[in-house]
Amino acid sequence: MIKSEALIFEKSVPGRKTDLLPVCDVPELELATTIPAGFLRAQLPELPEVSEVDTVRHFTALSKMNHGVDSGFYPLGSCTMKYNPKVNEDVAKYSGFARMHPYQAEKTAQGCLAVLYQTDIMLAEITGMERVSLQPAAGAHGEMAGLMIIKAYHQNRGDSKRQKIVVPDSSHGTNPASAAVVGFDVIEVKSNAFGGVDIPSLKAVMSDEIAGLMLTNPSTLGLFEENIAEIAQIVHQAGGLLYYDGANMNAIMGKTRPGDMGFDVVHLNLHKTFSTPHGGGGPGSGPVGVKKDLVPFLPGPVVERAEDRYYLDDNRPLSIGRVKSFYGNFGVVVKAFAYIRSLGAAGLREASEIAVLNANYIRARLEGDYELPFGKICMHEVVFSAQKQMKFGVSALDIAKRLIDFGYHPPTIYFPLIVKEAMMIEPTETESKETLDEFIAAMQQIASEAQTNPQLLKEAPHDSMVKRLDEVAAVRKPLLRYNKV
Amino acid sequence: MSSYLSHTKEEQQAMLKAMGIASIEELFADIPKHVRLNRELQLPPALSEMELTSYMQKLSQQNANLDAYSCFLGAGAYDHYIPSVVGNLTARQEFYTAYTPYQPEISQGTLQAIFEFQSMICELTGMDIANASMYDGATALAEAVAMACSHTRRNQVLIASTVHPESRQVIKTYARYKGIEVKEIDYDNGSIDFGRLEAALSDQTAAVIVQNPNFFGIIEDLGQAAQLAHHHKALLIASVDPISLAILKSPGQLAADIVVGDGQCLGNPISFGGPGLGFMATSKALMRKLPGRVVGQTTDLDGKRAFVLTLQTREQHIRRDKATSNICSNQALNALAATIYMTVLGKEGLKEVAKLCFNKAHYLHDQLVQSGKFTPAFSAPFFKEFVVSSACEIEALNNALLSDQIIGGYELEKSYPELKNGWLLAVTEKRTRTEIDSLVEKAVNYCD
Repeated sequence: MIKSEALIFEKSVPGRKTDLLPVCDVPELELATTIPAGFLRAQLPELPEVSEVDTVRHFTALSKMNHGVDSGFYPLGSCTMKYNPKVNEDVAKYSGFARMHPYQAEKTAQGCLAVLYQTDIMLAEITGMERVSLQPAAGAHGEMAGLMIIKAYHQNRGDSKRQKIVVPDSSHGTNPASAAVVGFDVIEVKSNAFGGVDIPSLKAVMSDEIAGLMLTNPSTLGLFEENIAEIAQIVHQAGGLLYYDGANMNAIMGKTRPGDMGFDVVHLNLHKTFSTPHGGGGPGSGPVGVKKDLVPFLPGPVVERAEDRYYLDDNRPLSIGRVKSFYGNFGVVVKAFAYIRSLGAAGLREASEIAVLNANYIRARLEGDYELPFGKICMHEVVFSAQKQMKFGVSALDIAKRLIDFGYHPPTIYFPLIVKEAMMIEPTETESKETLDEFIAAMQQIASEAQTNPQLLKEAPHDSMVKRLDEVAAVRKPLLRYNKV
Repeated sequence: MSSYLSHTKEEQQAMLKAMGIASIEELFADIPKHVRLNRELQLPPALSEMELTSYMQKLSQQNANLDAYSCFLGAGAYDHYIPSVVGNLTARQEFYTAYTPYQPEISQGTLQAIFEFQSMICELTGMDIANASMYDGATALAEAVAMACSHTRRNQVLIASTVHPESRQVIKTYARYKGIEVKEIDYDNGSIDFGRLEAALSDQTAAVIVQNPNFFGIIEDLGQAAQLAHHHKALLIASVDPISLAILKSPGQLAADIVVGDGQCLGNPISFGGPGLGFMATSKALMRKLPGRVVGQTTDLDGKRAFVLTLQTREQHIRRDKATSNICSNQALNALAATIYMTVLGKEGLKEVAKLCFNKAHYLHDQLVQSGKFTPAFSAPFFKEFVVSSACEIEALNNALLSDQIIGGYELEKSYPELKNGWLLAVTEKRTRTEIDSLVEKAVNYCD
């Protein structure tokens, strides 16, 4: 295992370089002949000076300091770390996709426009929406666009009183943050004993000032909101709209659809449900879908289909406007398109079924060892609490760090906020029974170690390239860039 | 079809038995009957991997791609050379199949690479700190506007009309919902009109936004823009082409407060407009207002150097309903590509790229003008992109060039109606003299 790797700047040798470029084949000009001296740099920026081999060795070393889905099990709750099919990576690299300029004439980009249009239509069918914009670059970006659509819809009706968005206390942190960014006030409602929306609390906050409700279903507890129809009715009767956070869509494909549950606006995370890789924190893609009445408000341009061709329609007077350059993270959309075309309807349904089976298998096998705050069947993820282990002074963090010693990526911890010492496990459908059994055995061993040798857990991880970090020092004395000594 | 599943029927049965249930359907009992789909989704039939690759090849072949055509189109997306090492290294699964580095003990690779990215962006821009990346240049600008308004507690920004039209649109979308007023400042000879800027500045102005080189390829006077903005205690937000910074004075040196830009040109495929990346850098004074993720250096329990996501109190998952930005996932893998690109080209290499672009763009410009069929639209200095106008219609000209496997320049009239028959041409280091000569010949013949 790699124990450390110097910064690339520390490997720099003055005068060393990689030759990649041809000699100039046109007459050369001195920069100063056309550019005023005051605009020109006197000193070059201090980028590294290294050879090609230096570059390759350095970044290969860095890669070995990471854990990816291909390295092993990655049950990070809410993040849907399923296998990322290799063929989709290949397809997105085809010249006819990767080597396309966004401003080329439409007639020279019909294949790209076809991918965008058909993905829009297929995602609309999967979610029960009318149309889907692929412009948002990530889940939070899709949330922002969706909330702008809700605001624009009310304003267009001449209803400017609706300045509040209702969000459950179990929601993803992005929900209230996105609402705030779009200029809404956030009203939080409590969860009931089963982790669902507390109906009396919801009724109590509804008024003609409420623009809408944001909901994740299944909730962040991995539980399906059984009262969804009643909730939709309450919100709609009060004149509000329902927003669906698609982070947990992997539980329900082909079983039920946000549109059928009564939702008006949906965002999806193609980098979760639709198998595109996370890339260590992006690029993602956060399409936003809407019911028919809201289609005029979608960000523009929208790809439309005429008899014999696809074209970009940017003549949309009610649109919220553009939220990103060009047409979104197109390369990511190509991969999701390839995924949907590979699985088809039955394949997507089966993916959700097995995702739910795998999560429940873990739930059933570990509920003796760890506290299960909501002791019922879950959907695609299960939330345990480390409360039992806390009696021995062992926290969710300690358990998470100990899992690293077993070669696993830890689950999401301390989320949702309403569960103490939460550990949120999402196995996804692509994991085999042996993987699940081995993980379960590791979790059981850790539960037993918590009683017999808590210190072992508190000092974990033991075998990783670094031990636990001093995160407080990082905040107190921020060192955010390399400085030459 | 491909399902990417592992369980055999027997294994499924064993799992159900271990749970004491009879069928998978029982696990979905919580979904009320009346909201169930009760039919299969209506999607095209599933394809095997072999069928998929053939189908996708056919779709992609409907497109005129830049390997087959020589591209003189820029306008915010550029056909720069991508060294082989970039694609090879970003294709390592440990990078591309990882999530956000929340568990630093097993994410040091991503974390250190981001730290190196932040350092390189600081070097290029001349700023103190940079974040881990933004969605693109346009959203980075919109976030910079929010940051400037929050910092100055003012609610109006002045933006040069020479900023990319789509960036201005994105800023306006974001601003509308935040109650921020956006005023455009017209141009004079292709550069921001400083007289108009001075007249519009007031104690209400949070920031002045300038793009450099601007949408017309022209090098703006950032120093003067900074001076004027600072005189009214407003900030200067500069949107820059990172490759130009190998030869141009850094915006930091010219006193810019927030520097953003689009980083697609740094080793990322053009990919029909995305995914690329945006970057954002600022001064220490604005550190706590910087949106997005930031990696910092610290030590582990043994005192060993290590890297970690830091300053997260600024982030949405802590601030929730008090957040000024909601960005989480960014463009990490594209930022990694940019880091590898800047590494392998290095200090001298990036300057060589910039000079090749500069020389080739000027060669094309001079050839077109010397032909007598094209006239320069402006007389201001430019970098790799420039505007000429002619007597012939640009849409028709571009259309004619397609039959010679040439993708011509951007038809400026679409965004600037006053620039009738204006043609915005970009020339990167990839365009050979032969390609340039061929463009000149065909264009001149067409406009004859």
